[in-house]
Amino acid sequence: MLDFDWQFFLEVLIGGLLSGVMYSLVALGFVLVYKTSGVLNFAQGAMLLFAALTFVSLVEKGIPFALALAITFGVMVAIGIAIERVVLRPLTNRPPMTLFMATLGLSYILEGAAQLIWGTQVHGLDLGIDDIPFEVGGVLISQFDLFAASVAAVLVLLLSIFFRYTRIGLAFRAVADDQFAALAVGLRLPWIWATVWAVAGLVALVAGLLWGARLGVQFSLSLVVLKALPVLVLGGFDSIPGAIVGGLLIGATEKLAEVYIGEYFGGGIESWFAYVVALAFLLIRPSGIFGQKLVERV
Amino acid sequence: MTIATLEAIPTSYTPRWLTPVLLLGIAYLIIPLVGTSYLFEAILLPFLALSLAGVGLNILTGYAGQVSLGSAAFLAVGAFAAYNFNLRIDGLPILGSIFLSGVVAAAIGIVFGLPSLRLRGFYLAVSTLAAQFFVQWALTKFSWFSNNSASGVIDAPPLSIAGVEFNSAVGRYLFSLTIVAVLTFLAYRLVLSQTGRNFIAVRDNETAARIIGVPVLKTKLIAFGVSSFVIGIAGVLWAFAYLRTVEPAGFNLDRSFQILFIIIIGGLASIRGAFFGAALLVVTPLILSRVGSFLLGDFFDSGVLDMSQRIVLGGLIILFLILEPDGLVSFWDRIRKRTTTRLLRQ
Amino acid sequence: MNSINRISGVHTATYLPVDIAAEQQNARVYGNEPHPAGKIALGLESVSLSFGGVVALENIDLSVRPGEIRAIIGPNGAGKSSLINVISGVYRPDRGHVRIGHDRFTNVPTQKLVHLGVARTFQNLALFKGLSVTDNVMSGRAHKARSTFLGQIFGIGRSPSEEVDAHDRAAKILKFLNLTDVGNRLAGTLPYGLQKRVELARALVAEPALLLLDEPMAGLAEPEKVEMTKFIRAANREYGTTIVLIEHDIGVVMELSHYIAVFDYGRKIADGTPEEVRADQKVIDAYLGVAAENIDGGGI
Ligand SMILES: Nc1ncnc2c1ncn2[C@@H]1O[C@H](COP(=O)(O)OP(=O)(O)OP(=O)(O)O)[C@@H](O)[C@H]1O
Ligand SMILES: [Mg+2]
Repeated sequence: MLDFDWQFFLEVLIGGLLSGVMYSLVALGFVLVYKTSGVLNFAQGAMLLFAALTFVSLVEKGIPFALALAITFGVMVAIGIAIERVVLRPLTNRPPMTLFMATLGLSYILEGAAQLIWGTQVHGLDLGIDDIPFEVGGVLISQFDLFAASVAAVLVLLLSIFFRYTRIGLAFRAVADDQFAALAVGLRLPWIWATVWAVAGLVALVAGLLWGARLGVQFSLSLVVLKALPVLVLGGFDSIPGAIVGGLLIGATEKLAEVYIGEYFGGGIESWFAYVVALAFLLIRPSGIFGQKLVERV
Repeated sequence: MTIATLEAIPTSYTPRWLTPVLLLGIAYLIIPLVGTSYLFEAILLPFLALSLAGVGLNILTGYAGQVSLGSAAFLAVGAFAAYNFNLRIDGLPILGSIFLSGVVAAAIGIVFGLPSLRLRGFYLAVSTLAAQFFVQWALTKFSWFSNNSASGVIDAPPLSIAGVEFNSAVGRYLFSLTIVAVLTFLAYRLVLSQTGRNFIAVRDNETAARIIGVPVLKTKLIAFGVSSFVIGIAGVLWAFAYLRTVEPAGFNLDRSFQILFIIIIGGLASIRGAFFGAALLVVTPLILSRVGSFLLGDFFDSGVLDMSQRIVLGGLIILFLILEPDGLVSFWDRIRKRTTTRLLRQ
Repeated sequence: MNSINRISGVHTATYLPVDIAAEQQNARVYGNEPHPAGKIALGLESVSLSFGGVVALENIDLSVRPGEIRAIIGPNGAGKSSLINVISGVYRPDRGHVRIGHDRFTNVPTQKLVHLGVARTFQNLALFKGLSVTDNVMSGRAHKARSTFLGQIFGIGRSPSEEVDAHDRAAKILKFLNLTDVGNRLAGTLPYGLQKRVELARALVAEPALLLLDEPMAGLAEPEKVEMTKFIRAANREYGTTIVLIEHDIGVVMELSHYIAVFDYGRKIADGTPEEVRADQKVIDAYLGVAAENIDGGGI
């Protein structure tokens, strides 16, 4: 393979890794909720759409960027808390699959409401980052992708600090470890859950803005969950490092496959390729990348 | 003899076969006489196809406990397989195409069910999405499946059995009804058999099931196979009897969720539940559009209808999960029990 | 552990019909005279198992002869359930072997367990909640089914006779365990004590040579315990089933078992007849404690 174009390969790889970070960002919202309440929140994508749509519409109405951001954040927190109150609390102690189906219903409500309120047309979202590629050692890198990846990285860092060094973070980890024990020592679970849902709303907002800037803000934005799910299967539903590494892995393999083997399939394989990667990986290592092997107690 | 054991206590004193037989009597003898073409085209045909799909998914998800988010893929496989069998094998009767399409759907279902041997719960549910996206992609990508038509659209062949035509609205209704009735009866027999008990055993406690000697892996694959077979045939009815023209894009994730919603609302692990759920899901949008345009007039355009439909559907799911987790079936049984005891008391 | 104080020995006998009390007498005699040596029903050879840092089983040797009732006792977390889980292949031991009849395994194949003649119950109920009691018990015959699902749907081939057979056997066991009246109830809706009994029925219907019972009396009221004791003994005597019994109720254990193995922190600290174990200083220190005097007083 003398004529293999390494530079091009690197370019594809880096592009893949950068979009992988975007997948991780969406996956992160899932992990936060899953870790504390054991809910696989399918509505994360709808929340993302809702956030992006609200923000864009506010900006289009002439509200300044920062204010629009603050308002949207407020709305997302309110939604998070409302979800906890109205949907999850009545379903306490029900099987995880029931909760999952409830979030399916929730995603329908949020998608419907977002578009009923703000309309169904496509909105452009300009975050002020020009998408002019720049060159590093002969490799072209998208400036926007790099920006998005950095924002995602900063968010992950902030969340880690939040959960490691604040009281609520500590409580969060206690709940994630053992709900019953946490309850026994007097942590107020509903309050923690509400906080977690609010944080999930924040993650949805950030992810919504970044994805919205790339794809345009429209209904299909909520489908980015479908990109995050294989990442979660790969990295484990309850692992933040898993979400990050899983995202990078899926992003990279997906781009490489699209470029190098996509043509043999007639293209368009990205709709399912990530799932196949995740499944193949799980067949070899059933507990995922970072998941420890748990032995079921009987 | 096991028939009596499925439900805890017999809820009524009528024999078990009476209600289905009465319903079939009405469906065959009365509805064709009084039904309008709107009733057949807009309500009964989609109702029958979706009910059957619900029966199929209920076998897998309700009974065997394996959550699938990819049912629409098997609807599509059924529809396109039947189309191709009919197109490419000369002289194959339509029922033959339909049966074979079920077999193809079952085979593909078993392949996509293989991960269930290692994965459980959410991991499995997510992996079933692979079927959803792969099948839709393949049917759009390879135009052979649609005989090289643009964007994969296929048209249904005429329906006739032994020279009798079933192409009118009533004809397609009777055609669907018969297939649905037969498959539903067989599904009912299945869930009451040893294999049906194995389904529930695997669902309720997989480890215990394995220890007492239930063949867990085989049971799961049977569930995937049978469920896909039934859903595949539902797909044929959807394409051949109801819509008459379909494209792969119509079998999207929303359709998969719709079928899942049917069994949640109707009642998991209940054959009747699929019919209850399908009825509600077919009728709700129609009512919603009537009520909406009556109340809101022109503002209630198709976009608004679409969105409010989503909201209502999502709300229904959540309401049922919270208030009536065993679905419409259990609601119905409660009402029936209450009225019979009241009648008996008098 | 306070269950230790509830010594049943003599006073339970008052609940029992005469013939059972006589059986009880026999059992004790039998317990003192070990079964003819030679064959073993179950053997563990230097089995070790740990979870992360927790040692659940450390170098365990155990051998159970056919027809024996062998109790496993010990404080919470001693590794009793882990032992049964290793025997039934739910846990894979880090080291050692398990012998079941003539077969020797490093890792017992769970799926074949019932074909090896082993059945078990669970410490935490593991019934199929969505099946009726009869169907739960019938599922204990699932391994016998040779008919295909198509045969079952259409009611052809072996399937009808298999169904009748499974149903009859289930009915017989249900009658034996006084469960006939609740046969049509969903298992999940029964009171706890009855669910425990349904689990026993589901295990017995497979006609196991070796029956593993993980705390069958836990959470039962005194009369229920008496009944359960009766059933376990009858299973042992009438069907010759070898039984490994984990139980915290020392009274029941002393009354039922031929031999007792005592576990503590994953190690076997004693193994012998009830009398030997009761007199063992290590056992008294680790488990029986002050209760030992009561046991003496119980006159077993
Ligand atoms: N699946 C598992 N994962 C992790 N640790 C386990 C598991 N099963 C058992 N253990 C640990 O192994 C040790 C032995 O547990 P085991 O359940 O065998 O005790 P036991 O003697 O049955 O106690 P009890 O009387 O409370 O039932 C305990 O420390 C327990 O926490
Ligand atoms: Mg135990």
